[in-house]
Amino acid sequence: MKYTEGEPIRDTRAPEGPIEDRWEKRKFSAKLVNPANKRKLNIIVVGTGLAGGSAAATLGELGYNVKSFCYQDTPRRAHSIAAQGGINAAKNYRGDGDSIYRLFYDTVKGGDFRARESNVYRLAQVSVNIIDQAVAQGVPFAREYGGLLDTRSFGGAQVSRTFYARGQTGQQLLLGAYQALERQIAAGTVEMHTRHEMLDLIVSDGRARGVIVRDMVTGEIERHVADAVVLASGGYGNVFFLSTNAKGCNTTAIWRAHRRGAMFANPCYTQIHPTCIPVSGDYQSKLTLMSESLRNDGRVWVPVKAGDDRPVAQIPEEERDYYLERIYPAFGNLVPRDIASRAAKNVCDEGRGVGPGGLGVYLDFADAIRRLGRDAVEKKYGNLFEMYERITGEDPYTQPMRIYPAVHYTMGGLWVDYDLQSTIPGLFVIGEANFSDHGANRLGASALMQGLADGYFVLPTTIGDYLANGPYGEVDEEAVAQAEVAVREKIDRLLSNNGSRTADSYHRELGKIMWDYCGMERTEESLRKALERIPELREEFWKNVKVSGEADELNQALERAGRVADFFDLAELMCVDALHRTESCGGHFRAESQDADGEALRDDENFAYVAAWEYGEQGPVLHREDLDYEYVKMSQRSYK
Amino acid sequence: MGMNLTLKVWRQKGPEDKGRMVTYRVEDVSPDMSFLEMLDVLNERLILEGDDPVAFDHDCREGICGMCGMVINGVAHGEQVATTTCQLHMRHFEDNAVITIEPWRAAPFPVVKDLVVDRSAFDRIIQAGGFVSVPAGSAPDAHSVPVKKVDADAAFDAATCIGCGACVAACPNGSASLFTAAKITHLSLLPQGQPERDSRAVAMVEQMDAEGFGGCTNTGECTAVCPKGIPLDTIARMNRDYLRAAK
Repeated sequence: MKYTEGEPIRDTRAPEGPIEDRWEKRKFSAKLVNPANKRKLNIIVVGTGLAGGSAAATLGELGYNVKSFCYQDTPRRAHSIAAQGGINAAKNYRGDGDSIYRLFYDTVKGGDFRARESNVYRLAQVSVNIIDQAVAQGVPFAREYGGLLDTRSFGGAQVSRTFYARGQTGQQLLLGAYQALERQIAAGTVEMHTRHEMLDLIVSDGRARGVIVRDMVTGEIERHVADAVVLASGGYGNVFFLSTNAKGCNTTAIWRAHRRGAMFANPCYTQIHPTCIPVSGDYQSKLTLMSESLRNDGRVWVPVKAGDDRPVAQIPEEERDYYLERIYPAFGNLVPRDIASRAAKNVCDEGRGVGPGGLGVYLDFADAIRRLGRDAVEKKYGNLFEMYERITGEDPYTQPMRIYPAVHYTMGGLWVDYDLQSTIPGLFVIGEANFSDHGANRLGASALMQGLADGYFVLPTTIGDYLANGPYGEVDEEAVAQAEVAVREKIDRLLSNNGSRTADSYHRELGKIMWDYCGMERTEESLRKALERIPELREEFWKNVKVSGEADELNQALERAGRVADFFDLAELMCVDALHRTESCGGHFRAESQDADGEALRDDENFAYVAAWEYGEQGPVLHREDLDYEYVKMSQRSYK
Repeated sequence: MGMNLTLKVWRQKGPEDKGRMVTYRVEDVSPDMSFLEMLDVLNERLILEGDDPVAFDHDCREGICGMCGMVINGVAHGEQVATTTCQLHMRHFEDNAVITIEPWRAAPFPVVKDLVVDRSAFDRIIQAGGFVSVPAGSAPDAHSVPVKKVDADAAFDAATCIGCGACVAACPNGSASLFTAAKITHLSLLPQGQPERDSRAVAMVEQMDAEGFGGCTNTGECTAVCPKGIPLDTIARMNRDYLRAAK
């Protein structure tokens, strides 16, 4: 697939001046909508995770008319709920030298200098308000005996700034947002549509004015128009089929918006999480993460000798290689995710991996249990240990866990400016669905922070500025009808195709192509191979996929087939992006670009930009947004 | 060596359909599969045969979203304690076993299709008062109110409810007391929950009754099947809060 070069793109919304004043300035310059007018304005929010749930609730509190959509049976199921470890905030409650500036610095550096400074600084500023908000809602964070909040440390940071609720921080924060949302539903400001899936975006007169959705119970195709649309539909890690995402997570909402004109930024930036339970068989439907917080106390190791398949107890201490501690003495087991993942891949490639197929490394708690006692370890990580035991049938208190990297998060997403507005006016994108803030690698405990920062604090201000400049007139009926027809045609085509393979089997094959050729390590050769295989497989999919059942009923086979179709198109763009970026940075490791120690080698001269892709019938068009670093000096990341 | 299983699955086209048990044979099942992966295998086959796959709710498949849930051999989420359906693995079943699979059965949870039920009544119970009224941006500093560790921990234990509805399915009265009590307990143990404590208890209990859930007779089946082990004494606390408010 060939791409062409387009005009450069700029964020024009971030104010100039000292970085610490920019958000204040933007808030002040943003126009306000008076309360009487808010009641007349309609906003659609797609997705009810931390970003979408908090945004819909907050917009409702402000007095807008909100329609919220999710594909699950209730907004409380969104996959933010599965986040385990915690949420970062620059509270400096520990007095260990943390500050807004340090969180900003760590995030820019952790992102391997591929995120915008203005956005990241604002994120660090707002982080402190999130903790206040969550505590006031009754989120039961872990506390010390004195009654104050406890924190722990996380990868990529040397301070303790991660607030947590045992291993269920995402659940507790999401329930806080969900409860705020339900309060607004009761108040009548938010109209909730569960079991509805967005299938297209309505663009009228160049502006986002609504969505086409399918009622997943009746199959009815519905049109919903509004004054602005917010996408909070999450990431696209399921393009790999196996990932830590929920089964339903998909790219359709953002991909359809991309097809309608929203640029897609840095699609190749994928986070591979180092601590997941290894694959056990070819029937596997998903991978399960073991929180990074485990690396606080667990020690990662493999046998020194390749092919050493002795049981753990028979491997003496001097024949164990605690490779993270050895290679990265300063950060040890707490190096950022991309580095820990690649190190695991390297030792497995050397034949030193453990468990079935040699695709695993040990995460050992024996020392922690000796030092702290079993009770203390259980208090901290009990639910994670239980989960591990359920899935593997092995007891991590008596034998080390086996872990292996898995796809976990996507830093790429729809391009947005400082106001979180996409290249389609009136279309705002928040949370994992956008590309902002994390650069080429996200630090642990920063996804929850970004989702809630966007939803509670940033979007509610910036969307007001857009709406205050309206009204934007009647919605073009023709545009609505056209979007609806396109949706119906796709559904009919899938259902009438009497093929011989299921959508899942194609998805699995696509995922394998992506994992093998566009996964932890990418080369020009592997990406070219993927770009050859993907269109072939897609063509076969459209000829040969079989979807049973009807359009006008609950039809899970149809839902899946529609999502897989969009994953094919996205996969291709990911590979184009990965191929064009010949440098290594963060989660994007090009084997051709590494230093003598095998660490990722950036090419700042040629690649210090955001790659924003415009959809084109003749192939994607690349628009570059140059990144300037005024505050954090660009340097080679070192965690040694 | 794979296992061979006989499944008896509840099939129901829609809310109006009467529904019936249908028998399927599934072969060569790996003991390392999850229960839902075993059903995936069955569904892949049904699609290729042109049949309707068995509809079931699921999402995170790691035991936390609360979306999955079926009655397996008469027990909500199956016999393994403190485990959601998605976390149940086939190694806990015998080769050649016969397994019955049914939806949650309770009047306030009407069947949508096959094993999928409508649990929106739970959302309406939360809407009645399962929150603290604190608009975004209005919160004081998080350290302005210390909370005793024991209270925070107990609140957390109640707050881990995943809203799956197993408690209702297991209760002979179809009561939603454990679900409702978990939220009331979580918020009433914390200082932040105090201002609305009375109104919350009354409104949530009344909504629970209005939805048609039955009353609690201390059977305890709810807590026995609860994947998160929400303790039964939360119901006592709910009743105390309700009486306190009614005074």
